[in-house]
Amino acid sequence: MYSVRRWAVRHAGALDRFYQGFETLIVKLHPLWEKIGYQRLERPVAKIEQLCKGLLFDCKMCGQCALSETGMSCSMNCPKNLRNGPCGGVRQNGNCEVKEDMRCVWVEAWDGNQKMHTGERILAVQLPVDFSKKGSSSWLSRVREVQQQAVTKHTAEQSTGKQQ
Amino acid sequence: MVIHDEPTPGEMLPILPGHSSAGRLERVLRAGHFAVTAELAPPDSANPHDVYARAELFDGYVDAMNATDGSGANCHMSSVGICALLTRIGYAPIMQVSCRDKNRIAIQGDVLGAAAMGVSNILCLTGDGVQAGDHPQAKPVFDLDCMSLLETIRGMRDKAEFLSGRKLTDPPKVFLGAASNPFAPPLDFRPHRLAKKIAAGAQYIQTNYCFDVPRFKEFMARSRDLGLLEKVFILPGVGPMASARTANWIRNNVPGIYIPDAVIERLAGAKDQKREGQQLCIELIQQLSEIEGVSGIHVMAYRQEESVAEIIESSGVLQGRVPWYPGRDEKLLQERATS
Ligand code: SF4
Repeated sequence: MYSVRRWAVRHAGALDRFYQGFETLIVKLHPLWEKIGYQRLERPVAKIEQLCKGLLFDCKMCGQCALSETGMSCSMNCPKNLRNGPCGGVRQNGNCEVKEDMRCVWVEAWDGNQKMHTGERILAVQLPVDFSKKGSSSWLSRVREVQQQAVTKHTAEQSTGKQQ
Repeated sequence: MVIHDEPTPGEMLPILPGHSSAGRLERVLRAGHFAVTAELAPPDSANPHDVYARAELFDGYVDAMNATDGSGANCHMSSVGICALLTRIGYAPIMQVSCRDKNRIAIQGDVLGAAAMGVSNILCLTGDGVQAGDHPQAKPVFDLDCMSLLETIRGMRDKAEFLSGRKLTDPPKVFLGAASNPFAPPLDFRPHRLAKKIAAGAQYIQTNYCFDVPRFKEFMARSRDLGLLEKVFILPGVGPMASARTANWIRNNVPGIYIPDAVIERLAGAKDQKREGQQLCIELIQQLSEIEGVSGIHVMAYRQEESVAEIIESSGVLQGRVPWYPGRDEKLLQERATS
């Protein structure tokens, strides 16, 4: 819903802190997820994610959430699907070029970003959207990503350890 | 001034050390000359002579011309087609690529095709929404955005691979550019967005119409503070407005164009509005060329392409330099012989 989504941007700081905590929690629960099986979890978790984030952010379930980089304003609501900042067409009143009555998603993102404690994340260049991930849970994919990073780091450390 | 090692049409120049492309635009900019680019009006026809006739209007005054890619979401001859025609006779086009109409598969294919045809400059754009043009029923694509487009083409050029990681045998040697609109909100974000574009691979920038010089100066000062001016060539956009009415229409109907009231009032108050529009354009070019970090000018003379030569001439920014065009050298020699 448009009004809820704008509320979320106004409270981007608090939501971001909440999300950081939430992420740490679900990452810690990795052994549990593994026991149940990620594949089995995919559908129900994606459903829950869609409900929560749909309500709060008008989430489009791109499957590679960038809300922390976009001031809690879902950039998939931009009619041009921009992931890296506002197009040149933003109206002088801050509304969208394509949808005249909607605030530009990226004007909102810039506002939301000022409220977050790590304001630089909006400045990082985002990769092209992977459309094959559409509809999947970005929470579960984030857990697996963090897990994977930990494993790679661990093996790298072990191999350097051996060399010494 | 004449650059002596200029290409025979269809033949590529050697790539100079530190350059990304064989193109004339990159050479002019890197040599520290004030560059001039102009937007070519794409024809609504399948006749190559329409392209040549429009290009000829700029002869002797521009270093490269932009072949637009359905700008304003209106349908015209494609940018790849125009570029292919232009390079055949040695012109230096800037191929605009918009993300609106093509996905990553089509775009990367076009980049290879264009580079094979001798295109040395590419301008990466997001593109106007389909609602702005003559086919509002069309399906907008926006698979990539201008930033990921820059990264994609840079990867093709520098890593010799497609976005998928598959290898290219011969990478496209292109000079990569992007657009910037210093006048659209959120204004504070704009210099940072420029920084992102540079990080993604932009080597030169062409901006939207610049009518508000103080606001542009502010943008440049902020960009300087971010250390961006040494990393990129900036060519602000200008263009003559035919009348106060046209300016008003453009301001209200073309996305992303900011024209302050003062400009419209000045035009409305003039006896010959068209002449005044050109005069204003000349003044803007002169003022903009004085600003630190401005490396050239980009002229968009919509429906007044025939006035570009005169505007550039009167502005004096070329300082006697005559950019290459087919037959330039023969003509210069002849002139010298007769004088
Ligand atoms: S104005 Fe904002 S929301 Fe609208 S298309 Fe441009 S960037 Fe997206």
